[in-house]
Order: sequence, then structure tokens, then C-alpha cells
Amino acid sequence: MTKLRRKVYMVAGYNTISMGTGRKEFHPKKPRPDLEDYIKEAGQAVLKMIGGAKNVDETVIGNFIGALFNRQANMAAFAPMIDEGLRYKPAIRVEGACGTGALALATGIKSILAETAEVALILGVEVQNTVKAMYGADILAAAGWAKERKTGHAYFFPGKFSDRSKAYAEKFGADKTRAAMAKWYQNAIENARLCPTAQEFHNNTNDLIACGMNKPNPKGFVDSLNFFDCSKVSDGASAIAIVSEEGLKRCGISKKDAVEIIGFGQAEEDITKPPADHTKLSTTKVAVEKAMQMAGITKEQIGTVECHDCFTIAGIMATEAIGFAEHGKGPDFVIEGNTSRTGSVPFNTTGGLIGWGHPTGATGVHQAVTIWEQLTGKAGDAQIEIKPEKPYGLTINMGGDDKSLVSIVYKRAE
Amino acid sequence: MNYTEKLQNVSVLGAAGKMGSGILLLTAMEMADLSLKPENKGKHFVLNAMDVSSEALLGLMKYVKAQVLKAAEKKIVGLRDFYADREDLINNSEIINQYVEDVLFIIRPTTVLEATYESSVIFEAIKEDPALKVKIFKQINENSKTKPWFCTNTSSIPINELDSKAGLNGRVLGVHFYNPPAIQKLVEIIKTDKTEADLVEFANTFSKNLKKIVVPSADFAGFVGNGHFMRDALHGIKEAEELAKKYSFTEAVYMMNKISQEYLIRPMGIFQLIDYVGIDVCQYIMSVMNPYLKDEDLHSSLLDKMIEIGVRGGQNFDGSQKDGFLKYDKGRPVAIYDVNKKSYMNIADFQAKCDAELGKMADSVKPWKAVVGDKGKDDYLKGYYNDLKTLKAMGSELAIKYAKRSKEIGLKLVADKVANNYNDVNTVLLTGFFHAYGPINDYI
Repeated sequence: MTKLRRKVYMVAGYNTISMGTGRKEFHPKKPRPDLEDYIKEAGQAVLKMIGGAKNVDETVIGNFIGALFNRQANMAAFAPMIDEGLRYKPAIRVEGACGTGALALATGIKSILAETAEVALILGVEVQNTVKAMYGADILAAAGWAKERKTGHAYFFPGKFSDRSKAYAEKFGADKTRAAMAKWYQNAIENARLCPTAQEFHNNTNDLIACGMNKPNPKGFVDSLNFFDCSKVSDGASAIAIVSEEGLKRCGISKKDAVEIIGFGQAEEDITKPPADHTKLSTTKVAVEKAMQMAGITKEQIGTVECHDCFTIAGIMATEAIGFAEHGKGPDFVIEGNTSRTGSVPFNTTGGLIGWGHPTGATGVHQAVTIWEQLTGKAGDAQIEIKPEKPYGLTINMGGDDKSLVSIVYKRAE
Repeated sequence: MNYTEKLQNVSVLGAAGKMGSGILLLTAMEMADLSLKPENKGKHFVLNAMDVSSEALLGLMKYVKAQVLKAAEKKIVGLRDFYADREDLINNSEIINQYVEDVLFIIRPTTVLEATYESSVIFEAIKEDPALKVKIFKQINENSKTKPWFCTNTSSIPINELDSKAGLNGRVLGVHFYNPPAIQKLVEIIKTDKTEADLVEFANTFSKNLKKIVVPSADFAGFVGNGHFMRDALHGIKEAEELAKKYSFTEAVYMMNKISQEYLIRPMGIFQLIDYVGIDVCQYIMSVMNPYLKDEDLHSSLLDKMIEIGVRGGQNFDGSQKDGFLKYDKGRPVAIYDVNKKSYMNIADFQAKCDAELGKMADSVKPWKAVVGDKGKDDYLKGYYNDLKTLKAMGSELAIKYAKRSKEIGLKLVADKVANNYNDVNTVLLTGFFHAYGPINDYI
């Protein structure tokens, strides 16, 4: 598909708090909201903004791995719990590891395109603080190839991206790479401080660069990443409605409060194969190219990006995959400040996965909500200026180690 | 000395006690780690957990299981390498559970002393009773097939006395852990003129593998740790007794506890620390040390009185604090025992009055927690003590007097050659007592 056959919009985004260490209200031994609470909170908030459940044709719930974190599968059946009005209506649960959220969005977009729905409620959710980090690492390792678990690191995914970071540093310079990772961390936290739902909203550390420059400790963690390079363990949900032109009218939402989906790209890579080049996010690159091609835009027209910075190095590599920086120059691009909120193309303006949080199945939806907020002027203290010559927003959501990719291009509806 | 060989059969005496359980836990993990090394595959490791109470041994096994689980979770990165050749163990959870099993399977809980007769190393952490220790050492030594090494956790009894009375011929060493052994970093090592060099080397390697900080102490009753603590405690008690002439007993205890905690920026007040160690244990240690001291009477009739009434402090098996001089609610002192009325009086009822009597605290005062890990604490403490000196209030004066006495005790331990140097004294207080600063300093 080179062009969308029908107009598709996103409206009425909502994020719960990204709960976990760093939030003042978080205490590992005290009771916390659970899956049901997050699903209700986010789902009901969106329904309220779109005129109620009666307007919804279909629900898509994205959840990575509640079967292990929460002993819960068959998550589509949570849709009617959000509102009785969704009872007996279609619902589907999708999964693609950390790329689950955007797969939920893609599923919704396709429903609108297929005209099987005019209004789709999309919700991503994950509750991961049910187990300690070293057991969570086992669960999250399922995003990789299970046959690699035995030889993998105790902290499987940090291990994977530590390998990437190491390869990148060896090829392009360790000091520069580390400095860029520290800068990425600083941007993430500074942006998160402007967003009340962000996990790092309460972070008041003075010297963020010093944190980011911490030497990795291979004995206790992985070879080439420190804790600040990693997104944290998060609980939370995000939801948004995907609607057609008719759906907009049905919900009574004005176009100025909507973003239009201009293009989207999906790409899948073989989970049983290691990356061909550890210093590149090759699948990400394909997905972004597809999305931009469908949108018919160039990278110079992109005003803001939400990329999948599960680790700082992934953020840096994303700047290259999109084409903002040449291969090997991503660190310079970041160090020069291009990705900061006042830079040439602000990335992850509410903190991204590292700053806002990474409730895995919700992350792709959270990215869409942030872009929707930024392009419609609803981002509050985190609002950036969207310049007329750069009206587009871009999201990249990644499942596994550059395996399941969805990239979407957005623009404020006209 | 073959370190691994020595650790293939070990016994811990008093294994279910407060100190013994920690020593057992650490030893079990060290032995399990050795057993998992490729070169030790097929070797058999046995750790006898000997205690008189069968019921306490059950509690011990539960404690060890919970603690090993925590430790395994912490060192999962290294454990994956240990079990790299076990194809059936894939997830962290499986590896952690296997390690817990491997540690527990080394331990043989027993109430029978005969079980220890095959051990090469005996760790002893029974009651601080010289006669009892001698009796048991003698019995094991006479029946053992291995001429074992004895590592005693005594905190006060001279090692040479245990050696000569039990006839061990240099096969005994003081290996004094601090409470709780699983957490406190300090181990005091006390050798005698006769102690076998191999045994000292073994204990040093063992302590290092347990990631402990070793401070050598001369073989003098109380060693460095209790040499300081008992005198420091006695100072606090005497000051409280002095205050009790003008104030009520509970007020006096409250005030000295506050001086020794908040004013001196220590983790606990002195009366809380006595409760933590146990009033009976403190009394006993003093009585063991006292006969060896010249020109000094290390004895408190107040402690005697408390024991007589039956108020002992100490800890429950789960680590929670029993009531002593202070009464605790979720670990926090809420009342103080009145020896005259024989009941606890709520702190809240007299706290404001006492605080007013003590006078203003220095504006620069910070809680211990904020100071202990602060890299710039040396400058801070200099400034703080300067502020304290200018205050001229009853509280600040008592605090300065206390700090001076604490320093004097430290200096005397070096002068008497119990400690090798000032640094060793400070290390003991920093690592064994979690003080934020050593007593020998130039702040006062």
C-alpha cells in the first residue's frame, strides 16, 4: 500500500501515570493499581472524550506478557469491563513484545481502512512490578528468541543492547558514544520533569550527565550499560481512539483536536537471527522509510520524534536509522543538542522510555498520545513549538532487538 | 594450607544463635561457591549446623533459605556462569532456586556434638561463657579425628586462655564477627603467640572471600571492639546516673540516649545499642573483661539491676528488637523503663521538657543517615563540632564530653597495644558499629 485509501485520525489520547521506582507514590511492598485499574482508567478517560462506549465499534488491547507478569491472558475480554457499552462488541488483543502498542495502533488503523470500524478504541497496558527485576528479566527475555535464553545474560535485553553499545563504541569511539548516551539520559529526564505522568517526573538529581557517565559494572549488571542507560520497570496504560472522518463526526470531535495518520510502515525481522550489524537498527530503518514514503515527506519536514529508547544507545541509533545522522555520527547529532527539546528535531518530549517510562505493551500507544498532544497543543508544560515548515510527528515502536517494528507519521488534522 | 580441603567439612557451634546463624549462612555460601567451581566437581562438602535447640534449628533453616535467596538474586549475573553447563537451568528463577538448594543441601542441622568430630574447622558462636567454651573445645579436640582448627567468635575472652585450658596447642583463633554477621563488614582477628600461621592465613582468606574488612586485635580481653564499646557504654550509663540526681531516671536515660545518637551523629543512642546487643550480654562481657583490667572497674550496677528485674533487651529470632531500657514500636523507641516504678514511661510525656533542658541543637546538625555516606563528611563534621563548641548548652556540653571520652578510650586501646594503630580503632567503629566517623579525630 503506497497511500492510505481513506482518512484516518487519532483523537482523545490519555496516559495513566507510569508507575515504578522514581515515583514518590511507588513502594515495592505496598499495594498498587493492577491491570484492571490501569485498563479502566485509560479506557474510560478516552470514552469520556469521544462521547461514550456507544460510539466505539471495536477495541484493540495491546499487552505484551500479562500471562507471566499477572497470570492473565485473554485480555480482549477486559474491554467490556471498561464500559458495559462495549459488551458483545468486537475486541482483539495483540502482542509484539515492546512493539505491542504500535501493533495495536496498526490494527486499529487497518480496521478503519477496511471500513470494519469507524471508531476504534486502542489501549496498551502492562503491569510489570509484580516481580523483582531479575525475574522480570526472565519474562522480558521472551521478546527475544527463547532458544538464546540459556546463553544470554542474566539481564537478557540489557545484555543485548550492551552488545550493541560495545560494538558501536568499538567502531566509532567509546568516549563519544558514552558522552552521547549521557546526553540522551539528560534530555530524557529533563523532558520527563515537565510531564506529571512521567516515571521520572519527581527526579531532582542535579548532575544528570554525571549519572549518565557512570562506569558500567559488569559484575553486577552488563558490560557496556549503566542503570541510567536503561528504561525502568513500569506499570501503566495509554489509550487513544482511531477514527475515520465519519468517526470524528460521530464523536463530535473537531479536527483541530485530532491528528491525521499520513503514513505508517511495518517491518518484521527473523527472531532466530542475530542482527547483521550490531551498530545499526536495520529493521527500524525499513519501517521508517516505509512510513515516510507512504506519507510522501522527507526527514526535514519532521518536527518531533518519539523513538524507542529502551536503552540510550537505541535512541542514538534511531537518529541514524531515520537518517538525521550518518552512520557513526548519531552521537555527534545528540551531543550537539539536536534531539533536545530546543534542538532541530526534539525527540521524546515527555521523556521517552527512559524518562517517561516503559510499560512495555503501552509504550507504542503512549508515543502516539504524546505526538497527538504535541501537534494539537495539549502537551502542557512539555509543549514544544511546532514550526509550520516542520508539521509532522514520527513514532517508532520496536519489539525485541530490532525485530517487530511500526513507524507512523502524523500531522495535525486540517 | 589447602583452603578448599579445610572447608570440605566444617561445623558451626551455636548455629541457631544470633551470631551463629550469620556465620553459618556466610560459610554455607562460601562452601557452595567452592563446590560449584569446575575443579571441585565431585567433591563433597558438609557443614554441620550444631545447636542445642532443635526448634531453633528449624528457624535457622528458614532464615538461611530466605537469606540465600536474597543473596542469589543479587549475584545472579555470576551464578549464570556457575551453572552454564546445566542445560536444564534456563531462567534466572531456575538458577536462583538451584543455588538455594545447593547451599541448603550442604547444611546438616544437628543437636548432637558428635557430628562435629569429622570437621577440619569449627566455628564457635555459643554463649559467652569461658568454662562452657573450654569444655566443648576440649571434648571435640579429644574425640576429633582431624586435629581441627577452632575459630571462636568470642568478643571478650582472651584466646590464649581458651587455648591453654582446652589444650589446643595453637589451633585456635579469634574470628570475631559483628552483629549481624551477614551485614556488618568487620571481622576482628585475634591470634595468640601460639596460633598456627596456616590458621591465620585461612581466616584471612575466608574473611576476604566473605568480603569482610579484617582488623587485627591483640589478645586482650574485649579486643578492640568491645574494648571501646563497653567503656563507651559505661560512660553513657554513668552520665545518665549523674543526670538522674537532678531529673527522673527515665528523663536521664532519654537525654543520654539522645546525646549519644543525635548530638554525636551515631546510628543509635547508647541505651538503644545496649538493648540491641542485650543488657545481659553487655553485663556478661564486662564481667569477662573486668578481671583482666588494672586501675579500672568495668562494671555497672544499673545493668545488674535491670537483669535482676528481668529486663534484658536483645533480639527476637526474626531480628526484631526486644524491650530493654527502651520500649520499641516497629523498631522505634516509644517509652523508657523506670527502674524505680518498674514500668515503661512514654517518651512523648517528657520529651519536650528534656529537649528544652538540653537546649538548642546546632543548626548544622544532620541525622546520621545523611552524614554516613557523604564524601565530604570530614569537613562537615569539623564545622559541626565547631558549632557544637560555641553553643554553651547542657546538651552540647554533654556531647563534647562524650566525644572526648570516646576518643580517650580509642587512644588508650592503641597505647595499651590492643589495637595496632588509630586507623584500626576507627575502622572497627566505622565498620563494626556503623559510625559515621571514628572516635580518634581532630573535631574536638
